[in-house]
Amino acid sequence: MISLVKHILGITLLIFSFAISAADEVELDLRQISQQLVGAKLKALPVIIKQFEAGGEVALPMLDAMLKGRLFIRKSDKLIVVGERQENGDYALMDALSAESLTALPKKQLKKVKVNNRLRMQLRDIIARVTLFSADPDIRESAVRNMLNKTSKDNIAMLEQAKNVETDSSVMELIDLALAINVLTTSDIQAERLSALEIMDGSLEPIVFNTLSTLLAQDDAGNNLEADKVIREKALKLKNSIQQEIDFYELMEKLFFGLSLGSVLLLAATGLAITFGVMGVLNMAHGELIMIGAYTAYVVQLLMPNTLEYSILVAIPAAFLVAGAVGVLIQRGVIRFLHGRPLETLLATFGISLILQQAVRSIFSPLNRQVVSPSWLSGSWELNPIFSLTYNRLYILFFALLVFFILQLVLKRTSLGLNVRAVSQNRGMAKAIGVRTEWVDAMTFGLGSGIAGIAGVALSQLTNVGPNLGQAYIIDSFMVVVFGGVGNLWGTLVGAFSLGMLNKFLEPVTGAVLANIVILVSIILFIQKRPRGLFPQKGRAAE
Amino acid sequence: MSTIRNQFSSLHDLREKAPIFLAVLFGTTIYASVCNLWVPEESIFHVTTYTITLLGKYLCYALLALSVDVVWGYCGILSLGHGAFFALGGYTMGMYLMRQVGDRGVYGDPLLPDFMVFLDWQELPWFWHGFDQFWVAMLAMILVPGLLAFVFGWLAFRSRVAGVYLSIMTQALTYALMLAFFRNEMGFGGNNGLTDFKDILGFNLQSDNVRVALFLCSAVVLALAYCLSLLIMSSRFGRVILGVRDAENRARFIGFKTENYKVSLFVYSAILAAIAGALYVPQVGIINPGEFSPLNSIEVVVWVAVGGRGTLYGAIVGALLVNYAKTRFTAVFPEAWLFALGALFVSVTIFLPQGLMGLIKDKRSVTGKLFFWRKGRKPEEEIV
Repeated sequence: MISLVKHILGITLLIFSFAISAADEVELDLRQISQQLVGAKLKALPVIIKQFEAGGEVALPMLDAMLKGRLFIRKSDKLIVVGERQENGDYALMDALSAESLTALPKKQLKKVKVNNRLRMQLRDIIARVTLFSADPDIRESAVRNMLNKTSKDNIAMLEQAKNVETDSSVMELIDLALAINVLTTSDIQAERLSALEIMDGSLEPIVFNTLSTLLAQDDAGNNLEADKVIREKALKLKNSIQQEIDFYELMEKLFFGLSLGSVLLLAATGLAITFGVMGVLNMAHGELIMIGAYTAYVVQLLMPNTLEYSILVAIPAAFLVAGAVGVLIQRGVIRFLHGRPLETLLATFGISLILQQAVRSIFSPLNRQVVSPSWLSGSWELNPIFSLTYNRLYILFFALLVFFILQLVLKRTSLGLNVRAVSQNRGMAKAIGVRTEWVDAMTFGLGSGIAGIAGVALSQLTNVGPNLGQAYIIDSFMVVVFGGVGNLWGTLVGAFSLGMLNKFLEPVTGAVLANIVILVSIILFIQKRPRGLFPQKGRAAE
Repeated sequence: MSTIRNQFSSLHDLREKAPIFLAVLFGTTIYASVCNLWVPEESIFHVTTYTITLLGKYLCYALLALSVDVVWGYCGILSLGHGAFFALGGYTMGMYLMRQVGDRGVYGDPLLPDFMVFLDWQELPWFWHGFDQFWVAMLAMILVPGLLAFVFGWLAFRSRVAGVYLSIMTQALTYALMLAFFRNEMGFGGNNGLTDFKDILGFNLQSDNVRVALFLCSAVVLALAYCLSLLIMSSRFGRVILGVRDAENRARFIGFKTENYKVSLFVYSAILAAIAGALYVPQVGIINPGEFSPLNSIEVVVWVAVGGRGTLYGAIVGALLVNYAKTRFTAVFPEAWLFALGALFVSVTIFLPQGLMGLIKDKRSVTGKLFFWRKGRKPEEEIV
């Protein structure tokens, strides 16, 4: 038994070491080839590059860098390196083959490996072919996808070869599709072409639609380019069904963008709905509290550079506290003294918004700052080739709803919430039965401002952070609150999503600016019909 | 209704307040003009043309502040969108001046203004026709903002939109117009607006004489607007307006159609703002969509608040003071101006709800009580 284990261990070790030495050998070979790049003429390059193909995946980073124009020769020792420009103008370097990082150098000490368009085409082909046999099915899939619209003879042969060894079903499907497109466009046999069309049925790859469109096109005289009527009819049917699906997914996309905009509006407006709904004062510095939240996210990121992945999770409570504290300060320092004078409050808080903007401009400079998205927030969820949802928007949508429902819980289930509701419904009566309205005002303001801060963190994932970030949101948020009905959070929810949807559905028709104007005008008209919004607060107050 | 006056003639106010104001206004403007045109440059009494233009600009701002005071101080309508009427007035004047350029533009097209040639337009848009006539431009200057104010006011006041709702709506109005005017397709020069004017009514805009004439013209218009507003506010109409400000429901229950009063006043005020804009453009030589920005409109409100609202002359004094401070401030520390402006907003609303004029009036009423008790004047109640 023991000997068996030893045996197996021995074999594994052997294979392992063999693999290592094989990789080493490849690298050694490649290094020799790559050194030919030094001093090579542009004309000689295709021959050199062709040799890289044998190197397989080891050569990939180098080919990729060359394609992007980031491959350099270090002048001191003629080493081939990959360079990336840093902020200070120097280039961060790493060995092109071993990926070992080297000391950064200024541009003067490097020589760029030149490429032209012909070389780029060759490089892309080589990369596609090399990646076609990669061990990772995702890489293989993208390689096939890249080859879909470049069905040269070489590529088709390569694809057929790959088909024989392919195990992954989705990659297999793509390969079949590529071959089918090739058959459809090059073959003369009707049966073959029909079965090719059969394979293409239901595929949403843009290339399929394009191929069908060119197939069905007519020349200037109105004659069909495709002579075979059976093929034409079949292709037309296929094209129409694909068109239908594309239309459907376009609608879904608009819906998603509408929801996404709605969620941003919801986050921005919820805080305002609380402060305006409960206290009846319009805080014009609300947008600046959003901005402060966004800057808090930026500062938190600066404070924890090693754990960028999770800084956003720290930023959320931090932004709530910072913006909330600023909100309480504004309430205690200014708004309290202007009780019962809403127009003056509006002016004073507008003054505060100017001060906050200028303060941020002085501290952080007027330039935009970028908050880096953690990897789990970037990228997108690809449902099919034409429809994908970006993760940051998706997360923000759920986050906005989460914040909204937590807030509902706070208002409905806590004693603070009870007090807040009491004061918002009848301030005098609440005061008479012993609610400390002053304290409730401060807490309400803190809560609303804190939520504005959280909105800022969410916004920092969508746009750059700058001193003017919040400015645009005060009018939008106010519209949402007024449209939904003051003093009713459900109204804010409905208002935010309907305005978001309306905006995104109008945009393709009218353009972004006109869409904004149309919405403003329609809200003004809407208030004519329902001055108290979609869901008016019930009560007996005359004014 | 504390402000019911016992004067029977509406001319009373005019006789009492106007002479001092007019004397100060014309005294300084004529002095400045004379010092610009007839005092030699090397003399210390010489006033530069730059100063004249600057003062002319201030006078336009004062007129704009007056128009805001008419609605805010007397009727409690806090408009954060009067910059829109100002800019619209400015654009009508700008269109006239643009047509006056004729073929002297960079591209030398006899009909199309430069920016249209640049955008490769073939003909003049319909709304640019007729603007080569001065009277058409003047008519448009009154009609366009007046009509906009009427439609907006009619919609808003009829459905009893008031308070902060109305303020935000006016802000949204000017914001929407700003977005619209930024578009090249609107046909008003997009981002760059209208500029590079050559002359007005055949006179060269760059000459000293024309500058002084425009400056004096602004002063005359301001004086006329002041007297007219005083007359209106002390008339029966003005008293109803005060009633609407202090207790709108009560006024309505008594039987006044308050929305009609409010709409009329709003339109009057918008036209004043438009005239201010039309006087402003030839003096500064440019009009662009930036004038629509919500910040501009809200700055006007703070001028009125600093001076003291509901007095008319307070608005004018406030506009002159704050703008003078702005000119000085932005020259010395440009960074700090927004801090100062913000602090001004906060401190005026908290410490000086009646503005500087309120401060003076308070002093007068205190001393009045002590020494001139026979006059029997009561200090006015605080405006809510």
